[in-house]
Amino acid sequence: MNDLEPHSAAPQREPLFLERDTYRRRRLMDAAGLLPFVVVFLFSIPLLWSRGDEGPAVSVVIFYIFGVWLVMAIVTAIVSIRLRDTTRVLQDDMTGHAPE
Amino acid sequence: MSQLNLVIIVCLGYVLSLFLVAFFAERAAAQGRAGWLRSPIVYTLSLSIYCTAWTFYGAVGNAARSGLEYLTIYIGPTIVMFGWWWLLRKLVRIGRTQRITSLADLVSARFGKSNALAIGLTILAVIGTTPYIALQLQSVTQSFEVFAVAEFGQRGENSAQTGFWVALGLGLFTVLFGTRNLDVNERHHGVVMAIAVEAVVKLTALLAVGIFVVWGLAGGLTETLARIDASELGRWDVRPGRWAGLTLLAAAAFMCLPRMFQVLVVENEDEGHLRTASWAFPLYLMLMSLFVVPIAVLGLESMPAGSNPDMFVLSVPLSQGQNGLAIFSFLGGFSSATSMVIVAAIALSTMVSNHIVMPIWLHSTGSGASFSGDVRDVVILARRLSILGVLFLGYLYFRVSGGGTALTTIGLVSFAGITQVLPILIGGIFWRGATRIGALSGLAVGSAIWLYTSFLPSIGSGFAFFEALQSDGLWGMSWLRTDALFGIEGMDPILHTLLWSLSLSTITFLIVSLITFPSPLERLQGAQFVNIFQHTAGPRGWSGGTAQSEDLMVMAQRILGANEAVALFEREARMQGATGSLPETNPEFLERLERELSGSVGAATAHAMVGQIVGGMQVSVHDLMAVADETAQMMEYSSKLEAQSDELTRTARKLREANTKLTRLSVQKDAFLSQISHELRTPMTSVRAFSEILRDTSELSQEDHTRYASIIHDEAIRLTRLLDDLLDLSVLENGQVTLNRCDGWLYELLDRAAATAQGAGSAQDLDIRRTKSDEEVWLSTDLDRLTQVFINLIGNAHKYCDGDPPKMWIRVSQDADQVILEFADNGSGIAPESRELVFEKFARVADQKAGGAGLGLAICRQIVRSLGGEIRYVSSDTGAVFQMNLPVTLRFS
Amino acid sequence: MGKTVLLIEDEPNIIEAIRFLLKREGWKVFTTSDGSIAVQEVRQRQPNLVILDVMLPGKSGYDILRELRQEFSADVLPVLMLTARGQSKDRDIATQAGVSRFMTKPFSNSEMIEAVRALSEK
Repeated sequence: MNDLEPHSAAPQREPLFLERDTYRRRRLMDAAGLLPFVVVFLFSIPLLWSRGDEGPAVSVVIFYIFGVWLVMAIVTAIVSIRLRDTTRVLQDDMTGHAPE
Repeated sequence: MSQLNLVIIVCLGYVLSLFLVAFFAERAAAQGRAGWLRSPIVYTLSLSIYCTAWTFYGAVGNAARSGLEYLTIYIGPTIVMFGWWWLLRKLVRIGRTQRITSLADLVSARFGKSNALAIGLTILAVIGTTPYIALQLQSVTQSFEVFAVAEFGQRGENSAQTGFWVALGLGLFTVLFGTRNLDVNERHHGVVMAIAVEAVVKLTALLAVGIFVVWGLAGGLTETLARIDASELGRWDVRPGRWAGLTLLAAAAFMCLPRMFQVLVVENEDEGHLRTASWAFPLYLMLMSLFVVPIAVLGLESMPAGSNPDMFVLSVPLSQGQNGLAIFSFLGGFSSATSMVIVAAIALSTMVSNHIVMPIWLHSTGSGASFSGDVRDVVILARRLSILGVLFLGYLYFRVSGGGTALTTIGLVSFAGITQVLPILIGGIFWRGATRIGALSGLAVGSAIWLYTSFLPSIGSGFAFFEALQSDGLWGMSWLRTDALFGIEGMDPILHTLLWSLSLSTITFLIVSLITFPSPLERLQGAQFVNIFQHTAGPRGWSGGTAQSEDLMVMAQRILGANEAVALFEREARMQGATGSLPETNPEFLERLERELSGSVGAATAHAMVGQIVGGMQVSVHDLMAVADETAQMMEYSSKLEAQSDELTRTARKLREANTKLTRLSVQKDAFLSQISHELRTPMTSVRAFSEILRDTSELSQEDHTRYASIIHDEAIRLTRLLDDLLDLSVLENGQVTLNRCDGWLYELLDRAAATAQGAGSAQDLDIRRTKSDEEVWLSTDLDRLTQVFINLIGNAHKYCDGDPPKMWIRVSQDADQVILEFADNGSGIAPESRELVFEKFARVADQKAGGAGLGLAICRQIVRSLGGEIRYVSSDTGAVFQMNLPVTLRFS
Repeated sequence: MGKTVLLIEDEPNIIEAIRFLLKREGWKVFTTSDGSIAVQEVRQRQPNLVILDVMLPGKSGYDILRELRQEFSADVLPVLMLTARGQSKDRDIATQAGVSRFMTKPFSNSEMIEAVRALSEK
């Protein structure tokens, strides 16, 4: 459990292959980091649609937006809940980068 | 009963129940039964203060005016919540580990505890929040008016009064539950619980109205959708720039608004709650916005033209005769307004009291930063006054502005104002190179642009000066027009403000940061904030009580010693009624432990140590400085102690020396008593023996008879002389001696003394060497006494000088009005250990049998002193040297 | 007859008084006033009795007594000690050192004669 001991691991080289659980966790963290970009993308799609008379009816837009909203909430819930078991684990390597 | 009165009664009852909720939550927390208060759901619901009356009422109005654009206000925070991993997680971790109390505190802590930044942010927050509070008061007043209009067909005249009472009631509630205690963590269980309840009320109220509209009024979902599409809102017609801009604005405000920071970061109990909120709060927002469009569309359809769409949530059910629903809806709006005002007042008062009032108070009283009891009282008082002040400001703004502007506009202006923090907040926690000067400059530029382009126009529509600014620009420079900076016209006002303020403040912030150099404290804090996850272990929940106790035990043992620590923990465990030897880590125990530890390591250190174990808090630079301060104090103290102990050692040494001398004196005295006894008994033995012989023996020859009688006579004289000496000394010592001043030559005295001493019958003659010419000193003193001294000194040499042949030099010199005499012999002198004692009474330097009783030198010293001089023994290689100086003329004192 | 006594004392007048008294009792009296040669004198004279002063130049009476007791037991050589100090601790020291009789100055002549008789008859 190398990840549990960041202090002792610091001077050593990180192992090339992580254990299966640790690997899962890392990918869940990746997913959590990815979520806002997906949401921004999905919420921006309606802006590409044509507006005015040629555009879609508002009800369609409403369905789309609330649909995205609901689905993303569910996805986020899944990721968050699965991350819960791993809270104590890691010092992630993703901090230090601005989200933009 | 009239509808309006019913509303007022329901409203009062609702407020009362909120008081009760807050009260019981506080009590439960105080009793340590706060487990259910710390659920992630409560945390999520508390975030709902984002949805104020502005969103509750205004969203419908916004939708009625601008279609789906209102969604951006909800989508912004949704994106932030979905992206919790990036930003909120870091903010919460920083807030918890650095014990951040407000947004201003966070920013100032990041930039080296800069008070200027904190003050700037506080002022910005107050300016940005005041209109928003006014907005809440206005919406409550307006909603009352809706009922009044429905009942009396006209607007009430008492809107100002309503606003006043609402502000007062909110102030009371906030003071009661927002400043009950001065918790280090600034957590308010009662308030959080109350706003969680309010969150449920406003959501269900809005949903109820929505459901009524869709299924009761419009006749079902499909029918509703058809109506929406058929209405004037039916076309998808948003401006992408405004859509993106408002989304960004809402997202930024969600993180930067003081009240949001309060619930998101400061009131956060557990980082895990954020994980739940990350999906639950977007769902809440989604539900809040779900029925906005249907209500707007049906409101526009059913209400008479000219009705205020901001009040559709209330007026639509009312117009349909759904009074109960309308009151429920009113409570929802009321909840939205009150919860926002309460939390905003708490957040602002924390900032105002911590960053403005307290520094001024501490500075003016000149006291240190120690948190004694009365300072706590001052802090609490400052909080309360700040709360009332903030609410009063809000009320004032409400009165002055007249409450005419559309709600949405004020909300956006406020949002834009507080958004100016965003660049330095993000920069501060992600970029180590950000400096204090950079942050200050960026904030100043952003705020200035916001004030000029957004805030002033919003309040100044009635004033000629501001209108001139808008149409002609500052000093008539058209490129400074408030709605068209740099000549770029035709932009949406809010986008215009956002574009210029954010971009210019970010650029200023970046450039100034690049060219300035941070102080060491800034660099340390920067590193800690940016790399917060590398410095801190994962969050610890409050559940691992035993593990914490063990950790605390280990630490306490190291500091207090094993036995002490075990005893302390067992005592605590017994007090808690626990069975094991490890107590539960409740606040009382921690407080006592901290106090116990602080006795050993200082308060700041103890706090940091306990905090790190229990709260998963990190030791901040501020803590470290406090610790260093404490250590310095301790070192100073211990060096003082050291000095004291040095002095003590010196005193002890002196005492020891004195004691040694005393002991030796006491031994001397014992020896003298033996000696005096011996000196008295020896002549008496002879006297007694011979007088008995004379008495008892008849056949004594005349020769023997005479001889024995003269022995008796001699011994009697010896006794007398001894007693004379003793009396003499006693008189001299008591200063009762009477001096007879006569005049004479020094050499005459010495002649007489030498003759007397020599004549006292000794085995060997002493060769006395003198220089007569030096001795021609005319003395005016007690000559007899002085001669006595000379006799004694010469006589001593006579008795003790073991030189072969014994010699004595008497040297005389003069110094001003003093004569200095030296009596030196060629004997072996006095042993060093005895030199100190030679002048003491009863001292007998040599243990050999000698004529005197050891009183001679003591008498000499007393005489010389009474003549105003001093006599001392001088170390010498050649023999005993006595030196005396004596005033030529005796002065009677 | 031929009883001899060695008087170790430094006060000439006391020596004279004791010599007068003991001669009358039929003793042959030797004297010395120097403590340092006292033990040597005892060896040389082999007296029947020693009268010893405590305060002597050269050597204290106690030291002389201790040295004597290494060679002569109390039966062989009774020692009468005289002291002018008369403190009780002096008596203790003398007893420990092995004195036969201890007298404090000033004494009466009869007391002295009685003591010498008692010691010589033992």
